[in-house]
Amino acid sequence: MAVTPLLKIARLTKSFGTNQVLKSVDLDVDAGEVVTVVGPSGGGKTTLLRCVNFLEAYDGGSIKIDGREVGYVDNAGGRKRGEVDLAAMRAETGMVFQSFNLFPHLTAEQNVMLGLRQVRKKPLKEAQDIARHWLDRVGLSHKTKSLPSELSGGQQQRVGIARAVAMDPKILLLDEITSALDPELVNEVLDVVRQLANDGMTMLIVTHEIAFARDASHRIVFIADGVVSAQGTPENLMAEVAGNERLRNFLARFRSLKDPA
Amino acid sequence: MGQLIDAIVYAIPFLMSGLGMTLLVSLIVVALSLVIGVALGVGLIYGPLPLRWLIRLLTDCIRGIPILVLLFAVYYGLPPLGLNLSSFWAAILALTLFKTAQVIEYTRGAVSSIPRGQMEAAKSIGLIFTQRLRYVIFPQAVRRFLPPWLNGVTDAVKGSALVSLLGVVDLMQAINQVIGRTYEPMPLYILGALIYFAINYSLSSMSKVLERRYAYIKE
Repeated sequence: MAVTPLLKIARLTKSFGTNQVLKSVDLDVDAGEVVTVVGPSGGGKTTLLRCVNFLEAYDGGSIKIDGREVGYVDNAGGRKRGEVDLAAMRAETGMVFQSFNLFPHLTAEQNVMLGLRQVRKKPLKEAQDIARHWLDRVGLSHKTKSLPSELSGGQQQRVGIARAVAMDPKILLLDEITSALDPELVNEVLDVVRQLANDGMTMLIVTHEIAFARDASHRIVFIADGVVSAQGTPENLMAEVAGNERLRNFLARFRSLKDPA
Repeated sequence: MGQLIDAIVYAIPFLMSGLGMTLLVSLIVVALSLVIGVALGVGLIYGPLPLRWLIRLLTDCIRGIPILVLLFAVYYGLPPLGLNLSSFWAAILALTLFKTAQVIEYTRGAVSSIPRGQMEAAKSIGLIFTQRLRYVIFPQAVRRFLPPWLNGVTDAVKGSALVSLLGVVDLMQAINQVIGRTYEPMPLYILGALIYFAINYSLSSMSKVLERRYAYIKE
């Protein structure tokens, strides 16, 4: 095990108004590790993910990537990092969104190239090569010149993944990336994620695909009511089900979906 | 009939010089209000709260005042405060204020129509604020911004006729002056109307081309 985890979240809190979504979350992710966050809706999974690249400003606790506090100069609630510093930190954390959020005025290739050109300052040719490499990796080498509106949901999401990984981030955040997809398109996206996992990409994944979480991740974290309620390797966590009522109820829903009695 | 032609031939040079002034005033007003209006419109959406209040107050005030009142207020109201503007610059200032308030609203409408996820995606790949606007938000917002703004440009040309009230010799004032000499109001007003129409018709034709150019962006 690595000496310090790549991502270290400690006593993280976050409220929206009077609604405390994250009550005290502790979570470490090591380099190369794939961690999946599951749990009931409204439990704070997505908020947790959005705090990691500071799309949401957290209220208390600490998030450190490679030892540097995310978003704040010193402590949560203190002075925020400047625009340039913050942007540089965000470039180190790739994010893939539930609703893809591709730039609709840019082609697939241009979507991937934008960050490479403007943030990584790559020359045009190199940026294009990297973009094409990643679009090829996600199986879209024939769609480089297509606009997002010309792509299926699954294809758009694969461009979204290519856009995030092309930046060579330290950690990839996946926020329910298959939730907006038609069922038959889910697998083409999950296959890409499995490949990335095999390549050793560090990932923090929020998903409702329990089967995928079990197969593809090193560790599953169960978040409910704003705290980590259980965590472990997929096997360990399944063993823990008996002792954790919330987890049992949560998983029971999926089981009843999978094999209706 | 010969008399009428004579009157028009006599009028043409005056009207052309007046037309030059109309175009100059319109151009300056449109250009200034575009730059200032877009900047303040962005401030209205993304700025800190006090700035947003200030811009909101400014636009609401200006939009609530008839443009004629604004014009006279600037021309007659500012000198006692120590700011002596020529009638030309007073007219420019008043029309620009009025137009800027509109551009702020167009900008706010266009930019806030872009889904939140676009800004978030742009943040997530590490773009700084100005890059996010330039490469992600503006290219999409322009499609929403153009139709009302281009309409507003023709309004600016028509509205510039008000500067004649401050004695600026624009197309409108030139027409009035010629009528003062020839006592032929109807043909000259018709001629003037045709010139205004010709400008604005070409502007709105151009605007259709521009709108089509940006129509390809779909969400």
